Amino acid sequence: MTSTTASSTSFVNIGERTNVTGSARFKKLVMAGDYAAAVEVALQQVEAGAQVLDVNMDEGLLDAHEAMTTFLKLIQAEPDIARIPVMVDSSKWDVIEAGLKCVSGKPIVNSISMKEGVDQFLEHARKCMAYGAAVVVMAFDEVGQADTKERKVEICERAYKLLVGIGFPPEDIIFDPNVFAVATGIEEHNNYGVDFIEACREIKARCPHVHISGGLSNLSFSFRGNEPVRKAMHSVFLYHAIPAGMDMAIVNAGQLDVYDQIEPELRTACEDVILNRDPDAGERLVALAERFRGTDAVAEKQAAEWRGWEVAKRLEHALVKGIDQYVVEDTEECRQAFARPIEVIEGPLMDGMNVVGDLFGSGKMFLPQVVKSARVMKKAVAHLLPFIEAAKEPGAKGKGKVVMATVKGDVHDIGKNIVGVVLQCNGFEVVDLGVMVPWSDILKAANENDADMIGLSGLITPSLDEMVTVAEEMERSSMKMPLLIGGATTSRVHTALRIEPAYTGPVVHVLDASRAVGVATALVSDTQRDDYVARVAAEYEQVRQARAGRGQSELLPIEKARDNAFEADMALKPGKPRMPGVHAFDDWDLEDLRQYIDWTPFFRAWELAGVYPAILDDKVVGESATSLFADANKMLDKIIDEKWLTARGVVGLWPCAREGDDIIVHVEDEEHVTLPMLRQQIAKREGRANMCLADFIDPDGDWLGGFAVSIHGIEPHLARFKNAIDDYSDILLKSLADRLAEAFAERLHHFTRTSLWGYAEGEQLTNEALIKEQYRGIRPAPGYPACPEHSLKPILFKMLDAHRRTGISLTESFAMLPTAAVSGFYFGHPQAEYFGVARIGQDQLEDYAARRGVSVEQATRWLRPNLD
Amino acid sequence: MTAREKLLAEAQKRILITDGAFGTEIQNWKLEEAAYAGDLGLSHDQKGNNDILALTKPEVPASIHRAYFEAGADIAETNTFSANRISQADYGAEHLVREINVESAKLARSIADEFEAKDAKNGIWRPRFVAGALGPTNKTLSLSPDVNDPGYREIDFDYLKEVYREQIDALVEGGVDFILIETVFDTLNAKAGIMAAIEAGNDLGRDLPIMLSMTLTDLSGRNLSGHTVEAFWHAVRHAKPVTIGLNCSFGAEQLRPHVKTLSALCDTLIMVYPNAGLPNELGAYDEAPATTAGLVKEWADAGQVNVLGGCCGSTPAHIAAIAEAVKDLPARPVPTPEVRTRLAGLEPFTMAA
Repeated sequence: MTSTTASSTSFVNIGERTNVTGSARFKKLVMAGDYAAAVEVALQQVEAGAQVLDVNMDEGLLDAHEAMTTFLKLIQAEPDIARIPVMVDSSKWDVIEAGLKCVSGKPIVNSISMKEGVDQFLEHARKCMAYGAAVVVMAFDEVGQADTKERKVEICERAYKLLVGIGFPPEDIIFDPNVFAVATGIEEHNNYGVDFIEACREIKARCPHVHISGGLSNLSFSFRGNEPVRKAMHSVFLYHAIPAGMDMAIVNAGQLDVYDQIEPELRTACEDVILNRDPDAGERLVALAERFRGTDAVAEKQAAEWRGWEVAKRLEHALVKGIDQYVVEDTEECRQAFARPIEVIEGPLMDGMNVVGDLFGSGKMFLPQVVKSARVMKKAVAHLLPFIEAAKEPGAKGKGKVVMATVKGDVHDIGKNIVGVVLQCNGFEVVDLGVMVPWSDILKAANENDADMIGLSGLITPSLDEMVTVAEEMERSSMKMPLLIGGATTSRVHTALRIEPAYTGPVVHVLDASRAVGVATALVSDTQRDDYVARVAAEYEQVRQARAGRGQSELLPIEKARDNAFEADMALKPGKPRMPGVHAFDDWDLEDLRQYIDWTPFFRAWELAGVYPAILDDKVVGESATSLFADANKMLDKIIDEKWLTARGVVGLWPCAREGDDIIVHVEDEEHVTLPMLRQQIAKREGRANMCLADFIDPDGDWLGGFAVSIHGIEPHLARFKNAIDDYSDILLKSLADRLAEAFAERLHHFTRTSLWGYAEGEQLTNEALIKEQYRGIRPAPGYPACPEHSLKPILFKMLDAHRRTGISLTESFAMLPTAAVSGFYFGHPQAEYFGVARIGQDQLEDYAARRGVSVEQATRWLRPNLD
Repeated sequence: MTAREKLLAEAQKRILITDGAFGTEIQNWKLEEAAYAGDLGLSHDQKGNNDILALTKPEVPASIHRAYFEAGADIAETNTFSANRISQADYGAEHLVREINVESAKLARSIADEFEAKDAKNGIWRPRFVAGALGPTNKTLSLSPDVNDPGYREIDFDYLKEVYREQIDALVEGGVDFILIETVFDTLNAKAGIMAAIEAGNDLGRDLPIMLSMTLTDLSGRNLSGHTVEAFWHAVRHAKPVTIGLNCSFGAEQLRPHVKTLSALCDTLIMVYPNAGLPNELGAYDEAPATTAGLVKEWADAGQVNVLGGCCGSTPAHIAAIAEAVKDLPARPVPTPEVRTRLAGLEPFTMAA
């Protein structure tokens, strides 16, 4: 019923609080022109479970036309509201039509009728059809409103035949056979409830596919001001009308009682009135009603300060809101109330985290908030641990145990840590082995911890091979536990093609942190696991088959590709640098780098989608992004003021020349260095070149640059956050260090263009323009699409003497340490641009191996992502 | 037989082919501004006003239509994506809207006739269709261009309906078979187009069949106004479209799940014409014809489509490859969904029976 993709339901709640005739508060807001607050009312209705939103602006003192269109346009701009259909509600046709012009889905019109005759009725119906709307048809004709069962049935059946006659889809007809007030003291009114309910049955039988709706507030009109009695009457009425065929109602979804929970005496009195069981029923209810007046007020007072709530509720609130201020004292209060400290974790804390998990799972909470929640949780658990250990009790049994690691050769762990936090928030125990973990340690930890699954992470392409190795070793040691694969360069296709075939246990690629919980939960579920594993395996088999059967784009022989090289106009090449040679910078000003930060990837790292600065006002993630941005800037202030980090970098500018697809660089004190480059081999259409970075270098002599930058000094601060059990600050600092490294790369490139090399002396670009790469020249990095081979990094580092000058070292997979680091080449030619080498052929592979001076096997390992 | 009946009859026999991109094909002519402007004496620079070529250099669209028919297309889409008052205002050519549409439609129809006649000479009867293309314009009815004023709209429904009506009347005058409301990024814009077409049909006193094609702006399968493909179908089903489907958006690869959804849901023909893959780093498309054809063939193999073609970056070679790949595959049978009340906000809402 709440599923969003194919919601289907047998009874539809129509939110009525955005109806000026139904809500005094809404009326007041609209009259005062406070549309922002009026939109809030709509949002609350959706959140309270309304499946269709009724909008009505029929108020004498209001320009209903203007109010209707203004309000509808505003709620169309709110995805959380606009996701459900609208009911455009007015007694004036021109207001309805104006509303239809503002609603983009398929709405319901409320209402049309034969009150003014058949011609007008059908004209309105045709218009509704052309606007693509369903209609509510009131049981009203030229004579008047239908009151008895017979009149209701007669009018509805007549309307039905007329509508179907003009091609109106019968399923788009909703009859409103008029709910009238009962217990008014007037005898003729006593049977109105029965008339409605019986008419429902008859109309449904005579008019196939139609629905029946009604406005409930009329029913209890006599009890205005006595909400408990009104609620009870509405619930009792629906209890009887729904089985008779009523399938929609305009009702405040939050204000219905559960039939079984209505006080029995009140329930019987309501039932007697609605079903007209005896003539005195009305009077009995009126007498009884006084006793129930005002009993509802208690609920209203709940808006009081949350600190006044009972402790479990306070913990839940703190977890959902990520407030860690009182968590230790609240946890302590809880501990004293429970027999064993472990019960605090298994009870209130896990309950609270389940709420967080549900909100995240349904897209109502975002990653930064979840990480804050986890911080609160961890602080609470840390407070309890000494007590648990003192009592020598076994630890809390989680949903499952996950061993996680960034594979050997790779040092990137932001994504892995985020997944770890999210899993912990959802009741999983996570054993995090850290970064650069060899397969032997991963397998050992998994066995020793009796893990339910292993999660591998990696950012750089060589890690893909290492993951295959882990899978192969798991297979060799006959393990059966599931293997989860994640990280920026991993993909479903790579997992299906390379990793899954290596291991007979389940292998699942996890796209991002938000998917991790679903995958892990399925894998530890007794009932879902087998199905899920079979489904994923079948999906990967399909990927493999689709891949095998697909016509790959044609590759040119490498000679042909070279014939189609890009011909740069060498008259435009940059001149000799003002300051050739190698220049090191030991401590670049962080305040200066701050201005060069590109924030969009920062938000992406936190799984918030959108472009900075617009993301701060985004309808969905704006609030979350704004709060994260504020925290980030607060931390940046400290990083700069308290000098937490140091930016170190090096630039080299050398004479060079092109030789075929090689760039020959003349480095001081050395003969020369060969940089072999790769060329695109995919067949291009007329007029497009098969690009290679060497094409931007003049065979008759030219200049090439290289650089490496990194951010140092993060470790003591991470250790500090670890001690404070603060994952949020830990991840925040790491993601900021990454951004500073990228900003430094941008800044140094700028400095090189305008000063060191000096070919773009007068360049004046805003940070936005820099981010859009509107400058002259490029800085491709080894391991990225234009230059996909990582092993050029050690060559570059040697040319720059980068290890000594900047303190950056390389792992065996050519990942840089510290992780917040960037390196690459500078090409200054104005026609130089980024491209992707993509797939290459065996001929170029062999040629490359020879040029690079390594075996074909070695080159194959390095270039695997670019090979078939 | 009406155009609707003819198309449905042909679609029962086989998978039909519609044409490919115009914009990128026109670029190959490397036309100078003067070629676009002709001797119309317009005040604005006309370079890039592809639609005006119908008046100033009709041999360009004519040769492209011919190339697509030769590649195996059954349907030609008129070169009128921007031939509406709103888009032409950018070129100071609003007063030429009627002429552009009439001439474009006549041109496409005459070449369609030429190919029908060629076949007839060989004893084959194979109808060729002309779909009059309506672009989304560059204005939107559902969204505010001003972030500080979410209730603001640059245009209103009635104005857009009039703009579309002017174009529809001219296309009909030029002889199109269908009105193709394509690249729908804003569902309410499409609803204005549908209203205009319904009213035009009523005034003509005959069925003016509509084709609808949505474009997705994110991988989860929504258009810019936020509608899922299913919500879109609910919102436009009243148009009784002769085809519904997707175009532009991404490459075929990314459209796959959404084609499947539509195919299972819609009781009308499914027409899909994706881009030739995703653009490369330079914004150009380089997916090879065989690759595109291989991908769209997967839908045909799964019985999910009735009409296939190409959008941005596709060429006559792509259309020929697609036509070849699906020529022996059976057409998708149109399903009969259960009778249900299908409403929609941005998301679909289906009531139980």
